[in-house]
Amino acid sequence: MSEEIIICRDVHKWFGDFHVLRGVTTTVRKGEVVVICGPSGSGKSTFIRTLNRLEEHQRGQIIIDGIELTHDIKNIEAIRREIGMVFQSFNLFPHLTVLQNVTLAPIWVRKMKRSEAEDLAMQLLARVGIAEQAHKYPAQLSGGQQQRVAIARALAMQPKIMLFDEPTSALDPEMIKEVLDVMRELARSGMTMIVITHEMGFAREVADRIIFFDQGRIVEENTPDEFFKNPQHERTKLFLSQILHH
Amino acid sequence: MRLIFRWLRENLFSTWYNTLLTVLVIWFLWVAFSGLFQWAVRDAVWSGGAAACQQARQLAQAEGRSWGACWTVIPENLKLFLAGTYPAGELWRIWVCVYISAAMLGLSAGVWRGLVRDVVVALGAAALVLLVLPFSWTERLWMFGIVLALVVPLGLRWVARSRIPRVRWILGGGWLALPILVVWLIGGGGPLPKVESTQWGGLMLTVLLAVIGIVASFPLGVLLALGRQSTLPIVRWFSILYIEIVRGVPLITVIFMASLMLPLFLPGHLRIDQALRAMIAFTLFTAAYIAENVRGGLQSISRGQIEAAQALGLSHWLTTLFIVLPQALRAVIPANVGQFISLFKDTSLVFVAALLDLFNIGRSILANPQWLGTDREVLLFVAFVYWVFTYAMAHLSRRLETILGVGER
Repeated sequence: MSEEIIICRDVHKWFGDFHVLRGVTTTVRKGEVVVICGPSGSGKSTFIRTLNRLEEHQRGQIIIDGIELTHDIKNIEAIRREIGMVFQSFNLFPHLTVLQNVTLAPIWVRKMKRSEAEDLAMQLLARVGIAEQAHKYPAQLSGGQQQRVAIARALAMQPKIMLFDEPTSALDPEMIKEVLDVMRELARSGMTMIVITHEMGFAREVADRIIFFDQGRIVEENTPDEFFKNPQHERTKLFLSQILHH
Repeated sequence: MRLIFRWLRENLFSTWYNTLLTVLVIWFLWVAFSGLFQWAVRDAVWSGGAAACQQARQLAQAEGRSWGACWTVIPENLKLFLAGTYPAGELWRIWVCVYISAAMLGLSAGVWRGLVRDVVVALGAAALVLLVLPFSWTERLWMFGIVLALVVPLGLRWVARSRIPRVRWILGGGWLALPILVVWLIGGGGPLPKVESTQWGGLMLTVLLAVIGIVASFPLGVLLALGRQSTLPIVRWFSILYIEIVRGVPLITVIFMASLMLPLFLPGHLRIDQALRAMIAFTLFTAAYIAENVRGGLQSISRGQIEAAQALGLSHWLTTLFIVLPQALRAVIPANVGQFISLFKDTSLVFVAALLDLFNIGRSILANPQWLGTDREVLLFVAFVYWVFTYAMAHLSRRLETILGVGER
């Protein structure tokens, strides 16, 4: 298929003595949607946080869109501009309105004109279905709406890759759908996405590939069909039986 | 009328023991405050200078009863209370400062909504209240001018907003230049005759010391707080050293050092003005406390906020400027205003630098044989003025919190 936009080779990471990532090797192609799942503490969250260097990896190589992640702060900032991230707890800026949340980075990092940034922001807010909330503050919105603002905020930087770190885990069940719908639409538009989620229905429908993490390693990766029908490893089978029949 | 009766019945006489309590409390209040009322209002002397007080006192002594308050000490010494020993012929310069500040406030209220307008309304109301008090007609005219200076630019705001581009920047620059302008107007220099700062005094000096202390210590404190969290070891160690040393020293010592020790260390030709030295002392002292308050605010910002900003590609400085500081500073408004209120009151310590602020002018008036025995009147008045200012600050801080807290939690 198309070019490889993320290349990870033997990525290791320690928190003190604790070996969180034990040699992760994988590649993600442009336009691919990858779902990562696995038990808590398996290192999946740490792994995607190394991709925009919110966590530093200590061994191995990560190459994003042709640039290798090193200590060079200029490289890190350049890579962060190309990667959008959505967090479990939204992390909207509470002192800024929705519109200001979305326009802040385009204006100050991309040096976009204010009027242009606002036009772009309004388009994105319309795309995630909350244009009418643009002048409210985050605390005035529901969880689902806040997470959609967070997605719009990340998209405003016009990133090439979007990372989702359990985007629906903090939401009430009836709000999960509205966020997943936005993500579905985004996937269809051809965005490269890496999504950590326990929403297996979403994974089956949208993902091109599912990666299963356990104890800091990739245990198994496969297409959704194969992953759910023919899990290869005992650990994967156990995980699937627990998550599908609870 | 019926409403009042109902309120009384429901709140004060609802049961027999509540009735008993009400009666007891009224009796207690009477015992406690009738003496105060007699002294402060019924037997008080309101006009006529020191002689009237003397007469009233002698009369009361002859009749063997207690005498009342001598309130006339306040209007008789009003000029001292407000401006100290500032030369009478140059008093207009202080008025000009007041006028410029009022006009700036009025203009700002037109341009920025919200808090500034509150300030203008409060100050305008205060000036109107002062008009009712027994001042001379020329003084009333001056004060009415303040009301005009506040209100007229408010009316001009549409002009200001539509015709001049960047009006906010111009006004902001104006506020930055204001302290310098005020110090020049009051202190003189160039075409204006010089007024030594030892002649500045009274409320004017108190306000000047407090305002300059607040305006200068706040940014310094924020920088120190950021410095304390810096990754550069020299900056961090300097900030920690500074904060811990200054916080470990009583304010009075800092002023004492600034006014008496500093001239010994500096070369003879380099003389820093006495009032300026006090201002520097207050600023340096308060900055250390502000820094610790702000540090508390910085630490209250969650990791997620910083990560979200980083993930958007914001640099360290942009993150600090747009995400961390605004939230941190808002969180510590109450603590910082508390610090500013105590700075306002601590300005009375400038007597160690031989300056006479509001409180110390009061003491010097008491030392005048003519006004012997008016301690209670003078001290009550001084306390009242301090209270008005500090209460206004506390009130504004609460308003500021509400305004800045829009939509939060």
